[in-house]
This record gives sequence, C-alpha cells and structure tokens, in this order.
Amino acid sequence: MAKDAVLDFDNALELFEPVLGFEVHVELNTATKMFSAAGNPAHADNHDAAPNTLVAPVDMGLPGSLPVVNETAVRYSISLGLALGCSIARSSRFARKNYFYPDLGKNYQISQYDEPIAFEGEVQIELSDGTVIDVPIERAHMEEDAGKLTHVGGATGRIQGAEYSLVDYNRAGVPLVEIVTKPIFGADHRAPEVAKAYVAAIRDIVLALGISEARMERGNLRCDANVSLRPRVPAGEPAAPLGTRTETKNVNSLRSVERAVRYEIQRQAAILAGGGTIVQETRHWHEDTGRTSPGRPKSDADDYRYFPEPDLLPVVPSEELIEELRTALPEAPALRRRRLKSDWGFTDLEFQDVANGGLLAEVEATVAAGTSPGAARKWWTGEVSRLANARGVEASSLVAPASIAALQHLVDAGTLNDKLARQVLEGVIAGEGTPQEVIDARGLAVVSDDGPLIAAIDEALAAQPDVLEKIRDGKVQAAGAVIGAVMKAMRGQADAARVRELVLERAGGS
Amino acid sequence: MRHLGVLARIDLSDEEVQRLTGQLDAIVDNIAKVSEVATPDVPATSHPIPLHNVFRPDVVGRMLSREEVLQNAPDAADGRFRVTAILGEEQ
Amino acid sequence: MSELIRLSAADLAARLTAGEVSSVEVTQAHLDRIAAVDADVHAFLHVSDHALDIAADIDRRRGAGERLGALAGVPLAIKDVLVTTDMPSTSGSKILEGFLSPYDATVVARARAAGLVPLGKTNMDEFAMGSSTEHSAYGPTHNPWDLERIPGGSGGGSAAAVAAFEAPIALGSDTGGSIRQPAHVTGTVGLKPTYGGVSRFGAIALASSLDQVGPVSRTVLDSALLHDVIGGHDPHDSTSLTDVWPSFSEAARDGARGDVLKGLKIGVIRELPDSGFQQGVSACFRAALTLLESQGAEIVEVSAPHFEYGVAAYYLILPAEASSNLAKFDSVRFGLRVDVPGGTVEDVMARSRDVGFGDEVKRRIILGTYALSAGYYDAYYGSAQKVRTLIQRDFDTAFARVDVIATPSAPTTAFRLGEQLDDPLQMYLNDVTTIPVNLAGVPGISIPSGLAAEDGLPVGIQFIAPAREDARLYRVGAALEALLVDEWGGPLLDRAPLLREAR
Ligand SMILES: [Mg+2]
Ligand SMILES: [Zn+2]
Repeated sequence: MAKDAVLDFDNALELFEPVLGFEVHVELNTATKMFSAAGNPAHADNHDAAPNTLVAPVDMGLPGSLPVVNETAVRYSISLGLALGCSIARSSRFARKNYFYPDLGKNYQISQYDEPIAFEGEVQIELSDGTVIDVPIERAHMEEDAGKLTHVGGATGRIQGAEYSLVDYNRAGVPLVEIVTKPIFGADHRAPEVAKAYVAAIRDIVLALGISEARMERGNLRCDANVSLRPRVPAGEPAAPLGTRTETKNVNSLRSVERAVRYEIQRQAAILAGGGTIVQETRHWHEDTGRTSPGRPKSDADDYRYFPEPDLLPVVPSEELIEELRTALPEAPALRRRRLKSDWGFTDLEFQDVANGGLLAEVEATVAAGTSPGAARKWWTGEVSRLANARGVEASSLVAPASIAALQHLVDAGTLNDKLARQVLEGVIAGEGTPQEVIDARGLAVVSDDGPLIAAIDEALAAQPDVLEKIRDGKVQAAGAVIGAVMKAMRGQADAARVRELVLERAGGS
Repeated sequence: MRHLGVLARIDLSDEEVQRLTGQLDAIVDNIAKVSEVATPDVPATSHPIPLHNVFRPDVVGRMLSREEVLQNAPDAADGRFRVTAILGEEQ
Repeated sequence: MSELIRLSAADLAARLTAGEVSSVEVTQAHLDRIAAVDADVHAFLHVSDHALDIAADIDRRRGAGERLGALAGVPLAIKDVLVTTDMPSTSGSKILEGFLSPYDATVVARARAAGLVPLGKTNMDEFAMGSSTEHSAYGPTHNPWDLERIPGGSGGGSAAAVAAFEAPIALGSDTGGSIRQPAHVTGTVGLKPTYGGVSRFGAIALASSLDQVGPVSRTVLDSALLHDVIGGHDPHDSTSLTDVWPSFSEAARDGARGDVLKGLKIGVIRELPDSGFQQGVSACFRAALTLLESQGAEIVEVSAPHFEYGVAAYYLILPAEASSNLAKFDSVRFGLRVDVPGGTVEDVMARSRDVGFGDEVKRRIILGTYALSAGYYDAYYGSAQKVRTLIQRDFDTAFARVDVIATPSAPTTAFRLGEQLDDPLQMYLNDVTTIPVNLAGVPGISIPSGLAAEDGLPVGIQFIAPAREDARLYRVGAALEALLVDEWGGPLLDRAPLLREAR
C-alpha cells in the first residue's frame, strides 16, 4: 500500500477549515441483550463467556424467532439522551437496516431511522487550556450490535487475505446507543483535541450514568470520526460549501481519536492542495502506523432499504418516566469537573493533567478510598500513566483505584518507600494480587527494625573511613555515599530518612 | 434487475434476469395503482392492531447451548460458524 | 379404513375422555391412513417417528387419573412453516432441507402441553408464497376431491390432510388467505384469527405484519377447540395481544343452536360484483345468504371502495417484508450451502440463495427489494401502508352497520395443477377476498357452503368480523354449518370421492 502524502498540520490549517462529525456507539451494560433474554457480554457477569454461549434464537436469526425490546435498555437510552441535552421523542420506533454480512444473524440490523429516541442536544467539552466548547448533537438512537468475526489465515488476522472467518454471535444483539453529532465547525487547530475531548466527554457521561463500562479497548465505546475540509475564504466572504468527508472507523482509544483526526486533516489537505479531490469513503485507522487506509467507497450497496420494523411496536415514553429519569440524572460531567477541582484544591495545571489523562474518575475513586488528592493525582498521572503508555493501554484499565489507595496507605504507614511502592504496583498489575499480597510474596516491606540498619551502617562507615572523617568535620552532605551503600546493602528495603538519621548518629560517635 | 440481485444476494442467471424483468414489469404496472389513493392526508398503517411500549424485563432467560447454536451449521470450527473469505467490509 | 379417522376432533376427544378408545389407537388409525393415501395426496412432508410414543404417554397419564386438556390424545398435523424440535422444519423450501429447530413454536409448545399428538409436518408453498401448494420445493399436494387439482395454498397440505381424513385437525398460517382459500377448495374449515390473537413466535416469517397462525379442521367446533389451545398472549411475540379471550369452543357450541342468526346483520360488499366469481361460487354464496335470511338474518349492502386496491397493496407489503425476513437464509448458520470454488462468502451466499430458493420466492424477494429501494419507498411501500389505513376505514364504516361481512372465500373452485403456474398475476388474484382481512388485521373464517354445479367441487363462504371478535365468527359459522349439514343430510366431505387406499 502506497504511503499517502501528508501536509504539515499548520500549513493544512492555514489553507483549510476542518469540519468534524462523530458517530459514537455505546454498548449498554444491561443484564440481557437489546431484543433477547440472552446474557449481555458487555455486562460484568459475562466478560469471560466462550464463543456462541450467549445466544438466544433471535440473536442468530433462527427461523421463526422474534425480537422483544429490553425495558432497561430503553430507560438507559432515555437517560443518555437527557444527559446529552436531547429532547426525547414522544413516539419513537425501530426500523430494519437491510444489508448482508456474516456477523449479522438476520442480515438486517434493528436500528432506528426516522424516529430516534432522542434528538437535538448539546454536549459541553473542555479543552486542556480550559476552553469550553458546545458540541451539537443531532440524535441518539437505539440499535443492536453485530456478532464478532475472527479472520484466519493470511498474515495479519485482517480481513484482507484471510482464508476463512469464524463467527461468534455472543455480541450480536448487545444494546447500543449511537450518538451522532451535527457538523462541528470552528475547531481549527484544536480539531484533534476537540475530537479526543468529545469522546472523553461521552465516556464520562455514560460512566456517570452507570449505563456502560465504556472501555474503549473492549469496544464498549467505539468512535467513527468524520472529517472534511473546506477552503478558507477571506473575512466577509460567504463560507465555502462543505467538503467531501471521510469516515474513519475503528478508532478505539482517546489517543487514537486525536491522532486519526490530525492525520486525516493532513492527508486530505495534501490531496486538496495538490488539486485532487476527496473520495467519499470509509477509512480504517491503523494504530501501528498512525495512518488511515481506504475502505469501502460509498456505493449503491449502501441502499439499506430501511422500513419500520414490523415485529416491534413504537416506544412512547410517558412524561412521568422522562421526568423520573431526568430527576435521577447524575451531576453533569462539566459541573462535576468544576466541583472536583475546587474540592481537591488543584492548580489549573494539576487539574488539567488529571482531566486530560481521562483520570478524573480514577482520582475521585482513589480519594474516596482515603488517599489525599495530591497523592492520588501523582500515582495516576505519574507511574500508572507511564506504565499504561508503555503498554499502549488506558491507565484506567491497568489497575483499580482501590489498589492505588491501598498502596498509598502503605507508603503513609512507612511500610513502603516510593521505590518499593512502584515495585509493588508492577506486581499488582502483573496480577500477583493485592498490594499486601505482593509485599508478602516478594518480601518487599521496608526494614523498620534499626538493628540490621545499624549493622549495615557500621560496616559501610568502616569501609569508608574518609567519609566518616568528613562527617565528623561537619561535612554532613558526605553522608550520602554511606546512605547509598546502606540502601544498596538493604536492597532498597529501608527508609532512607531513617538511615540518614542513624548514619549521622553513628558517625557522631556518641 | 442485476442490481436488485446484488442487493438481495441472489446470483441470478441471464435467463432468470430476462424472465423476471418481464414478469416484474407486469406486476409493477399493476401494483403501482396504490399511489392513486395514497394521498398525503392518509396516515400509514404499519401494524394492523396498534400497540406501543411492549417491553421485556431485563432478566436473563433461556439461552441456546452451543450445541444447539451450531446444530444446523453448514460448517463450524472452534465453537464458531465458519465461512469462506469475506470480500466486503463491515458496515 | 378405520371409522376413527372420520370422527371430528370433538368426537374423538369425547371417546378418549370416556375411555372408549385410546390415543394410540386413534393415532395409529391416522398413521395408517397417511400410509394408505398420502402417496397420492402428498399432504405431508414429514411423518413423525414419535407420534405413537407421545400417544402412549397421553394414555398412560390419562390412566393415572391426570387431568388433561380437552383435546388430549387427538392427533394434529402441523404446517411446516412452524418450527418443531422433533421434526424437520423446511417451510416448503430446499434451502431449509433437514433443518432442525432448537426450539418449538409457541403454538406447537401449547399443543404439546395440551396433549395433542403431532402427526407430522404438512406441505406448503415455499415460505408460504402461493395459492396452490405447487410452489413447494418438495412437489405439489393434490386436492382429495380431484387429485388433478390444487388443494389451495399456501396451506394446501394442512387442508388436504384434514380433507383426506389423514388428520382431524391441523395448524395453518394465513398471510393473505393461506388458511381460508385452501379451506374453500377442499371443503374444510379454517380461521385466520385477529392479528395478535395467536403467537407468531416460531412461525417462519413471511410478512410479519400480515402473518397469523390459525386452525384448520372439518368442523367449526374443531377449529374453535384448537384455537382455544393455541391462542392468547405470548411474551415472545411483541405483537401478541394481551386480551383475555372468551372460549371459542363455547361460542361454536352456542352458535350451533342457531338463535345467533335472528336479527344478525350480515354485510355484503357492493364492490365485489358477482361477475368476478365463477358461477357456481356465486350461486353457493347467494344460496347461503338466502338460507341465513330465512333464519332471521338481515343482509345489508355495505361499501368497501378500497378493497380493489387490496391486492396491489398486499403485493407491495408482502414482498417488501419477505425480502427482509428471508435474508437470514444465507448459508452461514443453517440451511443449504452451495460452495463456489475460489469464491468469497458473498459469492457463496448469492449462489446458495439462487439454488435454494424457488422461482416464486426469488420473484417476490426481487419485487420486495425493488419496492424498498431508495427512491421507491414512498411510491410503493409507503403508499401500500396508506391503502391499509383506507381498507381499515372501509371495515370500520361497514362494521358500524353490520355484525359480520360475508364474501365468497375465493373466486373459483380448485383449478388444475399447472394451470396458473406461468401467470403470477392471475395466481395473485385468487386471494382477492381474503387479502383485505389480513391488511386490516381482522379475523376471517371460511366454511364449506356447497358444491359448484358446473364442476362438483367445493365452495366456501367467508365471514369477517371486527378485530377481537373471533368468537362471533365461530358463532355465526357454526350456525350456518348446522343449517347446511342439515340441508345436505351430512357433512359436505361425505360427498368427496373415496381415495384409493394403497395396500
Ligand atoms: Mg455509522
Ligand atoms: Zn450504528
């Protein structure tokens, strides 16, 4: 595959205005599927289900099977619509979207078309410099997920070149809400950041509602990013018409959303600046290369032949239900951020560090478990994020807030020093158990008994008589060499402050 | 007609295309008369007996065993349905 | 030939309850009859291996003093459109040859729970598309009145099984007349319930907004008894009504006493002129009306100006829904797979569907795909849905003035096999009087009304009632049936030629 040319990002932005749009699919964590009473793999009870063990007749399109709507999925969808600032439709209905694909048991997807459950909303997102932007929401509709394909043979496990594919219908019928934005104008240089902040905002909202685990790496939250460019015009002239857009699929982390939008702006700009035209198509994001590749062009095959789903009836939520759900809405994430910032007493920079890392919920939970806000922040934005980056995963997926709180508790109690605590964290991440279990198994606690320390200090002082001289001459900083030797001898399992006290005491000759 | 065959995933032969085209023309001529009376003021009926809000409680019910899921499979491997290479991409 | 096979389900039930006969004997008698005549009739696609075991179990339970359902021990034929766990379910299609459902249709589960003994699966037009059962992938069923003629369709197998005394009662399904039109041409009884009155769960969908499962029998009471077993709310079908239904068998027994006809207002539709019907069909219809009038019924002319659009609307809605419902037959999870060497899954799907579906099915899938495709939706599917509203309004207006509407059940008596096979449009017109009933979701019944003078073949009369008034149809139907049987000196089927029994 030839490498596409890209234009420098700043150059691209000088020439063109990017227009963004997003389709975010949220898998709901109901106990059962959208249209069947089969267990939902997006629910915590079913994460480890073997292929084709969470299947009811309708999920695999068995002859004679019929769908029945999950009431909780409807409630969740209404709550999400309300949290997105949407109006809830007085009457909403399902439609069939007809297309053949092996992961689709019925060869149509039950979705919503002309009458979605929620429409016309707005989501506030906050950028790293504190700017707040309103993203306009077109609609949020209910639908079902498709099954999962595994491509076998060929080099990459990708569809191209595969010999055959295997189909698992566990995921078929998982309740989805698809959130579609209107075109987002004016993001300009911040377009990549707007993309990331928007998806993070959706994630925060569904987490606050408790309606999805929202783990992007598991596909609970999936983003399709639409990007188009239009030429800039001198001030006062009418804006150019919208350019042809591409839809980039498979963007499955916040970081990738940001990178994919940036890349697509640069790629399209290079084509347009060279006098070319953009093809309307879906594109695929490749995490490894940081590029997108062309997928399916829009064609006649996109004739989905929508029609009202005759097996299902309209959803007509009562005013009482809508009000009940509205009253039960959790604090809006934007408001919550303001509150947390003041509760924690962070500086702007400190808070943005947490917020931009998508770690508000983690820090909040860690603080709730008894850790000081400052310590919680340091763990999550520091060591945990470092380890997560190294592994290419989200920090939140690496370790539970309770473990971080337990770790910090052990540091506060003097059982661990910082270095040991980091080792314990790695043990926890490696699945060796709770911090205490890691300590026990690895024998990592700080030596709190002075006896062995004194023996080690005396040995070190005897080995470095010149240092002893210097300390006695009042050159206290010379103690560092002895302290280092002692820590080494103790293999790090000593409290450096206590060692220092003892060194000075022993060297003082008292 | 070819395009309809693609949309409907039916590999029509030339003979079938020819025959169906003729028959369909006659049928379509006949059924097109619905538009004579389908004026804008008439609402559409998609369900003969109107109902709404028919829901199921979110409680796990009977599922098929994997053996039942696969019992009619033309081909299967590793507990899953097996199909030959896929050309097109997900929608 | 055992005399047991000529008994109605109600009479068999009475004898079983009284202990005069066992379910094994009754079941064996019907299996023997099937063995004797079905090579000629071809009503069955599959005969159950378990029928005698199930019958024996019913006998054992009855012997142990267990309280059983009214029809316990009575054999039942099941249209192959209904999925069953112990017999293949093909819907008359090659694409589903040998398919074994891991679950039972709700109506089948209810029949089993009530102690009915499934005898086998009956033949039908492929995926219920047709009016003659000639579109079955497994060969046509023959009309017991004349083996050279069609038994109607799509449920020709169920109607012929009952008419040929191979089963006392059967399950059918009716999307545009597939229960009532076969009843008409075979001299039997069939009722399409109010939409939502009987569960569709496990009925292989043709057109979801039109399909209803219903009873097929030789007497009105038998249909009512079976309807009592299979009807009522099913949470697995979102379109299932939650109504508490009256006892249909009580309604039929009540109707047989005849007083229901006094003052009954029967509508006849002005826009269905006699000229559209075969002479003998019209004559039987008129004679039945005269007979009803003689018992105190009042015949009232009503107008249904939109009926004439019914067939057109039906042939848009049905193919559209069917094109989507039949998309699941793609060779991935079940059904026929035809490999394409070097081909992709898309090629395999398209090839399998081309080989697996018959001409009529392909014709309708293509028509439905066209009707739904972008740019045509409003003109076709959307307009057809509006015609539905207009036909419902016609019914509403008429039922403000009359209790039931009567029509001939179909325009002609049984035509010869092959006669209309090459003329789909002509074939589609066989359902002109039954289709509006499905479009409106109201119930309709067909009962035998006589033999056409010109060909000696059976003719049926259809009664239509407002939605949810299925019981009224059993009352009126049973009343007319009693009068006619009295007039004929016995059931119409007594006049059917005897079938040659194979040794
Ligand atoms: Mg999309
Ligand atoms: Zn979607």
